[in-house]
Order: sequence, then structure tokens, then C-alpha cells
Amino acid sequence: MSLELPRQDRPLTRNVREDRRPTDLGAYEANGGYQGLRSAMGRLSPADCLQILKDSNLRGRGGAGFPTGMKWSFVPMDDSPGHKYLICNADEMEPGTFKDRLLLECDPHQLIEGMILSAYTIQADVAYIFIRAEYHKAAQLLREAIAACQEKGYLGNNILGTDYSLEMHVHASAGRYICGEETALISSLEGKRANPRAKPPFPQVSGLWGRPTIVNNVETLCNVHHIIERGADWFQSLGLTDDAGTKMYGVSGRVKNPGCWELPMGTPVREIIEEYAGGMADGYQLRGFLPGGGSTDFLTTQHLDLAMDYDTIGKAGSRMGTGTMIILDDKTCPVGFVKNLMEFFARESCGFCTPCRDGLPWSAQVLDDIEGGRGLPEDMDTLARQVVYIGAMGNTHCALAPGAMEPLQSALKYFREDFERHLNGGGCPYCDGGAA
Amino acid sequence: MPVIKIDGVDYEVEAGKNLLEATLGLGLNLPYFCWHPAMGSIGACRQCAVVQYLDEESEQAGRGRIVMGCMTPVTDGAIFSLGGDKATQFRQAIVESLMLNHPHDCPVCAEGGECHLQDMTVMVGHRDRHYRGRKNTHRNQYLGPLIHHEMNRCITCYRCTRYYRDYAGGTDLAAMAAHDHVYFGRHQEGVLQSEFAGNLVEVCPTGVFTDKTLVHDYTRKWDLQSAPSVCTGCAVGCNTLAGERYGRLKRIHNRFNAEVNGYFLCDRGRFGAGFVNSEQRLEYPGLRQADGRFDALSHYHALQHLQQLCTGGKLAGIGSPRASLEANFLLRTLVGADNFAPGFANAEQPLVNTALALQQQSAAVTPDIRSIESADAVLILGEDVTNTAPRIALALRQSVRNKAYEMAAGLRLETWQDAAIRNLAQDQRSPLYIASVADTRLDDVAAGRRSLAPQDIACLGQAVAGIIAGDAGATIAPELHQLAQEIGSALSGAQRPLIVSGTACGSAAVMRAAASVAEALCAGGKQAMLCLAVPEANSLGQALLCGSDAPDLNQLQQRAASGELDTLVVLENDLSRRGSQAQIDALLGAFKQVIVLDGMDNTTTSAANLVLPAASFAESEGTLVSLEGRAQRHFQVFLPAAERRPAWSWLLACLHDLEHPEALALQHFDDITRACADAIPALAGITAAAPDHLFRNVGVKVPRQTHRYSGRTAMLADVSVHEPKQPPDEESALAFTMEGLNRAQPGSLLPYVWSPGWNSNQSLHKFQAEVGGHLKGGTAGVRLLHPGSSGTGPVATAEPFQATSGSWQLVPRQRIFGSDELSALSPGIAELVQPGFIELRAADAAALGVSEGDGVEVGDQLARLEVRINDTMAAGCAGFSSGHSGCGNLEALARASLRRAQDWQRRTPQLIGSDAASGGTHD
Repeated sequence: MSLELPRQDRPLTRNVREDRRPTDLGAYEANGGYQGLRSAMGRLSPADCLQILKDSNLRGRGGAGFPTGMKWSFVPMDDSPGHKYLICNADEMEPGTFKDRLLLECDPHQLIEGMILSAYTIQADVAYIFIRAEYHKAAQLLREAIAACQEKGYLGNNILGTDYSLEMHVHASAGRYICGEETALISSLEGKRANPRAKPPFPQVSGLWGRPTIVNNVETLCNVHHIIERGADWFQSLGLTDDAGTKMYGVSGRVKNPGCWELPMGTPVREIIEEYAGGMADGYQLRGFLPGGGSTDFLTTQHLDLAMDYDTIGKAGSRMGTGTMIILDDKTCPVGFVKNLMEFFARESCGFCTPCRDGLPWSAQVLDDIEGGRGLPEDMDTLARQVVYIGAMGNTHCALAPGAMEPLQSALKYFREDFERHLNGGGCPYCDGGAA
Repeated sequence: MPVIKIDGVDYEVEAGKNLLEATLGLGLNLPYFCWHPAMGSIGACRQCAVVQYLDEESEQAGRGRIVMGCMTPVTDGAIFSLGGDKATQFRQAIVESLMLNHPHDCPVCAEGGECHLQDMTVMVGHRDRHYRGRKNTHRNQYLGPLIHHEMNRCITCYRCTRYYRDYAGGTDLAAMAAHDHVYFGRHQEGVLQSEFAGNLVEVCPTGVFTDKTLVHDYTRKWDLQSAPSVCTGCAVGCNTLAGERYGRLKRIHNRFNAEVNGYFLCDRGRFGAGFVNSEQRLEYPGLRQADGRFDALSHYHALQHLQQLCTGGKLAGIGSPRASLEANFLLRTLVGADNFAPGFANAEQPLVNTALALQQQSAAVTPDIRSIESADAVLILGEDVTNTAPRIALALRQSVRNKAYEMAAGLRLETWQDAAIRNLAQDQRSPLYIASVADTRLDDVAAGRRSLAPQDIACLGQAVAGIIAGDAGATIAPELHQLAQEIGSALSGAQRPLIVSGTACGSAAVMRAAASVAEALCAGGKQAMLCLAVPEANSLGQALLCGSDAPDLNQLQQRAASGELDTLVVLENDLSRRGSQAQIDALLGAFKQVIVLDGMDNTTTSAANLVLPAASFAESEGTLVSLEGRAQRHFQVFLPAAERRPAWSWLLACLHDLEHPEALALQHFDDITRACADAIPALAGITAAAPDHLFRNVGVKVPRQTHRYSGRTAMLADVSVHEPKQPPDEESALAFTMEGLNRAQPGSLLPYVWSPGWNSNQSLHKFQAEVGGHLKGGTAGVRLLHPGSSGTGPVATAEPFQATSGSWQLVPRQRIFGSDELSALSPGIAELVQPGFIELRAADAAALGVSEGDGVEVGDQLARLEVRINDTMAAGCAGFSSGHSGCGNLEALARASLRRAQDWQRRTPQLIGSDAASGGTHD
């Protein structure tokens, strides 16, 4: 990992060591940890915290980029009895995404401190970390960290002598991509099938066990105590564009130095790929990239100078998503690439709504036919229809299927000639004996 | 009311509906799968997609977005397009997606011809498939003798699990696996455990769950000759559609009645009519010879014998709570009211009379099913409703959801937002308390249940009544006081409290206690509801017909023994179910001559001198009075074969032959109904139960056959190559043909549901005034009971139960399969009927030295029954399988000694097909 920025400008990874050893409670506190919590709990009301967050323009780092302060403002703050829940979505399963893992494994206390202040802000009394089961190392670290915090009085009853109490649990996911969808996560946490729920009602009013619930991504929650400690203006100043803060960016694929870096929000794509990722591996040319994980639209070489932030990437026809790019090189078949993703999404469909459950396998089958040389010219029409039928928001029950169609729809736009070469040449030109 | 615009036309619609409901209600066609009028919306299938426009401008520009009709509330000014290209193409793509894995096996599918998937496929206009991949295949499961499973046909609409689990409270059917491998079945093969599993047949929009009894004796819907019928399985009186072909009753479907059964039946009702086709049915009249054998007679000679016996004899009659009012009335006319017993068991007669009297006197309302579903606090005393009046139990299951609807209203969620409301409320329910002799099938939704001996149930009820009435002096055992307080405050705090009880535990005191609670609530200004279950389809009708002074079986026997009576006519009643063998032998022995009219060969017909084969409910018309006092008419589905005649027809012919003065004017069935109504003030309303035979629907009759009825087949060519002429129906406004009009007629005359483009039962909404609401022609049946005005005066006290060592109080335990006489003789259900059993607490069993599966001897050779360990049984009580073979000698609430049965053969456990691989066999 290349750590180019000074530590004070990269709050999320300031405790990340070169050897990736986790930061324990002592080291975390020695580095100023839980100071934000200490100062905020006595000084700031939940409403104050919320206002700071709103002012900071923090946007959800899980992929959708929804303003966090606004999301939290829908949580009812009356004194009605019953639980309120904060859930950390650590079910990091977006293809090509590994940013949360770094934060979880290297600095578990940062997440916990962020979660305590987040829970305090919405006055949640129970918090869950819903973590991908494969992240067993992180889960163990979190459990240890929670125990340490309970001993220290950061968690449990009357935190730091205030009348605020919070219990925190780690829940290992049973392993479905759809659990990353917040309402499916809630269903799963309740022990039910991991089917997403129709909105409204939103989880903020009827979430886990029917109670007000906030679900946020690891990276989002890690930002919270920094913002509350150092202020909205500081946070705003970190970003290079209108979007605030830093962002965990990642690159995978045939680059010289694949990895994950915390950089100012809005760092140009070219800088991330060429400087941090070291540029393309020898003998490979860049053809395109998925900017934010497997469910985002391809961008190509013409987009290299765009700033990686929500709005800029959105205007270019894709989404910043998780901010972790997957590179398509010139020796990899775009059809095979998309097919591989499509098979993943088809397999990960929860099976609830028709376009996703039956449409994605249908798309995967068509792509498989094309890739295998069994494609027919009319398959291009079928794919074009499916992109609209399955891909349009609102046509499906949740965002999985529209996300799944993003690589396909953009591949049809940017790599159409590759599809046609498959159809005309009777197979994949990139495979052995192909014409690449 | 909001005004919405659909494809350029403004419509006024009811607020609070979703667009799909509203659209269907307007008579427009919008295809759907996962939505169900009784189960609301979840938005899974995406089939009811329409385009919604933000405003007129975007409508002009064609810039709309796809929304799901079932998930979209109707709001004033909303603009939609159903017929536009965008919505149409999307809906076609949905069906094409569903067809990816659908096997296209319609020609061999039992759903074919009434398949909602077929209908919707045609409706959306999908034709050419583009998919070239392989279809998924699943392994089907054995789900018991009633339901056939064919998973390959599944379109994953989730209706089955939503119905089975969410609506009916079942636990053994689930959605498993994910993506396009979702599988609906049990975790392993086996009989579906829900008493309401049969509704899957109608809930499933295609042929995944089909009626196994129909599959094995198959006819397409369009070839069924159907008539509106009423279930005779219990006293609820669910409305059914009975379908016949070639003289065999093929199946029972639900007939919608908003106030009685809504969209659902229980499995006893759906699968319990197979006895109509039984080999045990009597075909010809029989005259017993000196050697005991029966000679078959023709109809003519049988009537001659009947007339002779009746002319010379001093007549007594035993009616039947499972026979129609008309047949009972004619027998009563024939023998005279003083000599006519209603046909209850001796102990049962005062119970049913009490149930009737309490409802007549009480200021509480006797609720219909909608009212039961609306109850926000329920107390059940002494009744395992799922096994005695099953459809009521399904309604009670919905009543506990009122808490959820209340919470939903707080978030402004509409009641049709099913998933959202369930997620919101989770396991929070309106209070439902049960006091019963042992566990019941509603325990899982109860806020509290207590096992008590019947007397203690009555004590608890009286204490609750006292607490509600503010009577501090209510005395009750201290351990029950807190429970009584809890129940009392739950009921007092409710808007629509409901008390449920009935005859099932054999105690009038329990019912009186229930009525006391209802009275106390009424006195406190609540509009309380009181629902009292009675045993049989026409129990309440018999009580109304005969009055509380009617003689019982004992009195008839005594008068016969004294020579006052000598000839007994038994109407559709197997007396072996009405008393111990000794009692019935003495009763029949007291008469010189016994004439029996019944459908089935049974011990009573065997003891008769003259047997007349009676038509079943499906071959006869009749009026039955349900437990809520609703008189309902069932109609002939098909003509009885051989020399079978409706019992009323035998009796009327006999009365005519005797030139009985009261029968001279009676020609038609309707005349009997009218005479009965005229003669019995309490039954004055029954002529309104259904239109008479002179009714015409816009000038024509209502057809029993669909207009696609194919009629001509070679099935009867061995008899005649000529197509037999369809007989006329002189007795009803229905025709045995396809000619006539099946539209907008009174609800009691609905023989089948079908509408152009809607071949399945989903066409029902075309017959409803509003989707899910009453039928356009009105709800079938007429209510005979109205709330009384009396405060019941002082609260009666009940004596607490005293257990005695060495003897147990015998308490009846009803079973949905087995406790009812005729349904248990239907093939599918017969497989599910368990042998008679006795339920004991583990400690009692241990004291007797028996364990599960051992035998116990009850009393002095009263019964030998298999032991079931049930630790929920009230102390000092032993439950026996009421109505099962081997239990005939046991009387409810009697005390009996128990001892281990010697030489008892334990049954070997039964295995199902899939176990065969591991060495077992399936019979």
C-alpha cells in the first residue's frame, strides 16, 4: 500500500500501519482515539451532532451516496418507548471492492467510535455490525474491541458517565450479496430470507423488528466521529470538488500496483490509476473500467480525467459506487467480463421479483451463447430489451438488477464491436485461437 | 373520493385502495399474480405494471415511469396508462420471463383450463419466446393424500408461502433456496400439517399445488357441472362450489361469501365430500327379510312398504342435525312434533339448545366472519376452534393482526401493504386468550392459554365476567385470579371484543360463562360479540325447528317401551354416533319397526326393517342453518343415480300417499321451505335464503354447465350412442344445461365463476361489487338470529373441578379429520384419520404404566384406546378422540377409571414414499 498523503489529511487510515497489524485499544487511544467521543458526549446534544453531520455533506460510502445527515434526520426523535437500532453494513460483497476490509482489519476501534457517536446522534440503544462471514479476522477483532470498550465504559450502560447507553453486537452474515442491500440485511438479521423490503416505509421509521433503524456502510460510520470532533468545515475542506471528505479508492485488474488508498474526494481517475495503481501492467492497454464495483457502468479512456466523486461520475453515465475500480484491459474479452458479472448477479438474486430472478439468468444465458459462439444476431436486440426491462429503476423490487445491468448496458454502448465480432466470428476472439 | 386518470379517462375510485384493486374494480383488466385480495400486496411478480405520469405534460410527452399497480396507492389526480406500449411490453417481458422455466405442460396439467397463468399469458399478449437455454427442473414432494406437488410449474409468486405461513399460520411449507432456484415445499416430504392447506390449490396461480383427489379422478373445469352448495362438514356453513361429471362428485371449490368463508375453506370441507362417490353408498331401497338379509326394492315398491308401515304404526321420528330443514320438517310433519326427536345425542341436545338460547337472549352480536376478523380482543372458552369450526379459527388468526393494522395506521400504511405491515408489527398481536382442556391449534397466536377442566373454564369465565362488571366479589382460585384480571382488562380495553365458546367440551356451564362475559361487556357499553360453535351443519336449525321441549332419544325409547310408539323413522342419522352401543341397541330394540333414510351403509341402516337410500347433499337441495344462525340453501349438483332420492322427496311422496292434510299443498321443494317457515316462527326467514324455482335471471335460468361444456364424449357410448337429453330442473332456478345467464344473479345462485379471459377462480372479482367485497347479487343466506336485549341478570356461579385419584374426567378432543362422520369416509381424508386415542399427562401415563402408543382400557370395557402423551392436558382429565371409531361409548365429562390394556398391539409407524429408499414401505 502506498501512503502518499500525510496522516492528518487521511483521517480514516491514519492508524493503519505499514504491516497492517491491527490497532488495539491502547494504541488507538494513544493516537487520540475516543477523544472525539469523550468531548462530544458531554458537550453536544444529539441534535447538535446531527447538524454538524448535515453541514459536513457526508454522503453514504456504500455506493448510493445518499447524504448521511438527511438520512438520519428521518429517525423519529420522540421519547416513545422501544428500541432504535444502528446497523453497520460490513457485508462487503460488491465485486472488486475491498476498502471496508482494510478499515475493519487495521483499525476496528475507529468503526466502533464512529458507531457510538452515530448511535448517540440518533439515540439508538442497540447497534449491530453485520459483517461478511469471510471477514472472520475482522469479526474477531471487532468482538475483542467491543469487549475492550465495554470494559473501558465506552460501551454498555451510562457511557462515560452520561445517561446514554448502547450495546453493540457483531453478526456474521450467512453470505449473500443481497445482504448488502439495507432492507435485505435487516430481513437477514431478523433471521428471515434475505429479501429486500419495499419502501416506504423506510428503515428509519420501520426497520429492524419494525423499529427505527439506520443502516450505514463501514466507511461512512468511520467518518462520523472525525467530523464531529473536527467540524464540518474541516471535512468539507478535505475534498477537491463539491463532495466532501476523503474517500477510500481502490483499483483491481491488470495494473502494476493494485490496491486501496485513502485520497481526497474528487481525485481524478487518471491520478488514481496511473500514480497510485502504477499504471497498466506491461503489455496491457486500458480499454475501460468500472468505477465503483461490479454494478456500475463502464467508463473508458475518454473519462480518465474526470474527478472521482458522486456527481461527476454520475454525469458521465456511471456511478462512483464504492469507489473501487475494476480495470478492463485490451486482452480481456468484454463479453466474457460482462458474462462473468452477470452470472454472479444472477446467482445472487434473492429470487423475489421476476425481472431479477428470471431476467438475469436469461441475460447470462444470452451472453453465454454469444461468448460460446452460439449467439444469433437477434440476441443483440434481446440484450437491448433486457437492459431496459430489467435495468430501469422501479421495474424491479430493489436495486440489484438495475445494478447488474449497468456493466451490460455500457458494454453494449462502448464495446459493441466486440459483441458483433463474437456473433460474426462464431466465438470469442479473445480465447485461445481467437483473433485478438 | 379520489379521481384518477387511466388512459385518458377519469375514474372516481375509493380512497385507500391500491391501483390494481381499483382498476379491477372498475372492470378493467390488469394482469397480476402475487397480489391476492385477501392477502394484499408485496410487489414480487411485477406483473401488474402500469405507467404513471408525473403530470399532464409528461403524459403528453410520454415520459412516464413504470410502477406496480398493487403497490401504488390511488391518489387524487394521479395519471396512469395501462394500455400504452411501455407498460404492455414490460408486462409481456414479465410473462416471457416466467415462461423461461415453466414446462408448457398444460395438456397434462390439472390446472389447465382454469389456470391464472394461462389467462394472464393470453391477456398480456406474449407469444414468441426468445429464451434458448435449458429449463430448470425440480424434484416434487409427497405432501400427503390431499395435495399434489409439481414444482416445475412454479412461477415463484410467493402466494403459497404467504398464504400458508403468513395467513394460515402453517410452519411446514417454506420458500427455500434463492435466485431462479427458489423452491416451495417442505423441508422433507410429508403430509402438510395445516388444516387449511387445501386452499393452496386455489391460491396457486398455476398447477404447482393441485387437488390430488381431482387429479386422480380428473375433469377439466369447463366440463364440470356445478352448483352452489354448502359444506356439511361442520356448523360454519362455508359456501362451496361442487362440481360433477359422469355421476361422480369431482371436487369442491370455495364459493365466495364475504360473511361466511371469504376466499378460503378448511381441508375437511374441501376434501371431505368424497363420500358422495363411496362404494358404501346405498343404491336401492332394502326390505329386511326374516333371515336378516335385505331385498332390493324398486322406488315404487319401497314407497308401498313405507306407506304400509306408516299407516299401521304409532310413529316416532328421529331427525338429523346433518340433514336439511326441509327433510326434518317433513319427518316431523309425518310423525308429529311430539314424537319427533331432533336427532342429537342425549347430552348434546341441551347443549345445542343452550347455545341457541344464549345467542337469542344475549345482547351480544353473533358475528359473521368479517366481524370475527375485526375483533381486537378475543377470549376462547373450552373450544379448539380449528378442530370444531375450522374456518372460524382461520378468521381468529386474522383477528390478532388488528394490532398490526393499528400500528400501520400510525405510519399511514394502507392495510393492503402486507409485507410492510408484517415487518412493522413483527410478533405484536391483539390479545387472544384461550382456556381449554388442553393445547389447541391457535396457541401460537394466543397471548395466553391455560389448560383447565371444563368446570374450571366456566369458573374462569365467570370470574372474568365479574371483573368486567366490576364485581369485586368474583371468587376464583387464586392461581387463576391474575389471568382473569389480565383477560378482563384486555377485553374491557378493546373496541370489538369477541367471546368464542361452544359445545365441544360438553359443558353448558362453559357456554353460559362465555355468554356472561359477553353480557358484562355489553352492560359496560361495548358492542361485544358472542360466537358459539355447535357440532353439525344444521345443529342450530334443528334446535330452531324442534324447540327446547322436543323429546330426546331417551324419551322416545321410554315411550316406545311403554307401547305408546312402535314404528321409528330415522332420517340421515347413524345412531351409533348418538350414544353408547347399549343405549342405541335399547332404543332400536324398543321399536317394532325401524325405517331408515340415509345415504351410507352403517350400523343404523343395518338394524332397519326398511332402508331408503337418501341422496347426498350434492344430489339434493336443502336449507341448513349455520352456527351464526344463517339459513343457507344448497342445490342439486347432479341427479342421484339408481333409486336414490332426496330424503325430502321420499318423505313427501309418503305424505302424499298417506294423504296427509298438511302435505296436500306441497308440490315443490320450495313449498316445503315455505310451509316450514310458516309453521315455525323462528324459521320464518328461511324462504329468503335463496330465490325459489320460479326465479329467472333476466328471463332465463342460471346454468350449471359452462358454455364451453363439451358434453359429447364416448364415455356413455356403451349404453347409448345418443347424447342423453339433459333433465329439466323443476326445483330450482338452476338448469342442468349450459343455457342461461351466470351473471349478477343473487349470490346464493352462483354455480361457478368464469368471465371472458378469466377462466380461473380469479374471475371472482368480476362477480363482486368491489374487489374483495360482497357479490353483486348480494350475499348468500339470511340471518335468523338477532341480538337479544336482556341483561342476563345475576352472573351464574360455577363449581370448581375437583380431581379424584384413580379416575379421570373424560373430555372430548375433536379432530378435523375423524371427528366428523361423513368427511372421514372420503378417501383422501380417510388416510389422515388417526385411530381413536386417549390423551394423558405424562405423569398419569407413568402412574398407569403406559407410554405413547400403548393401549388403555377405559372404564368397564367402555373403550380400548391408544395412548398419546399430552402434558398440556388439564389435571385430572383425559382427552378422548371424539367421533372416532372406538369412542362411541365414551361420554363427555363422565368420570372413568383407566388401566393398562393387556395384549395391546402397538402400531408400526407409517412411512412415506421417500422413506422407502431407507427400507420402509408406503402403503
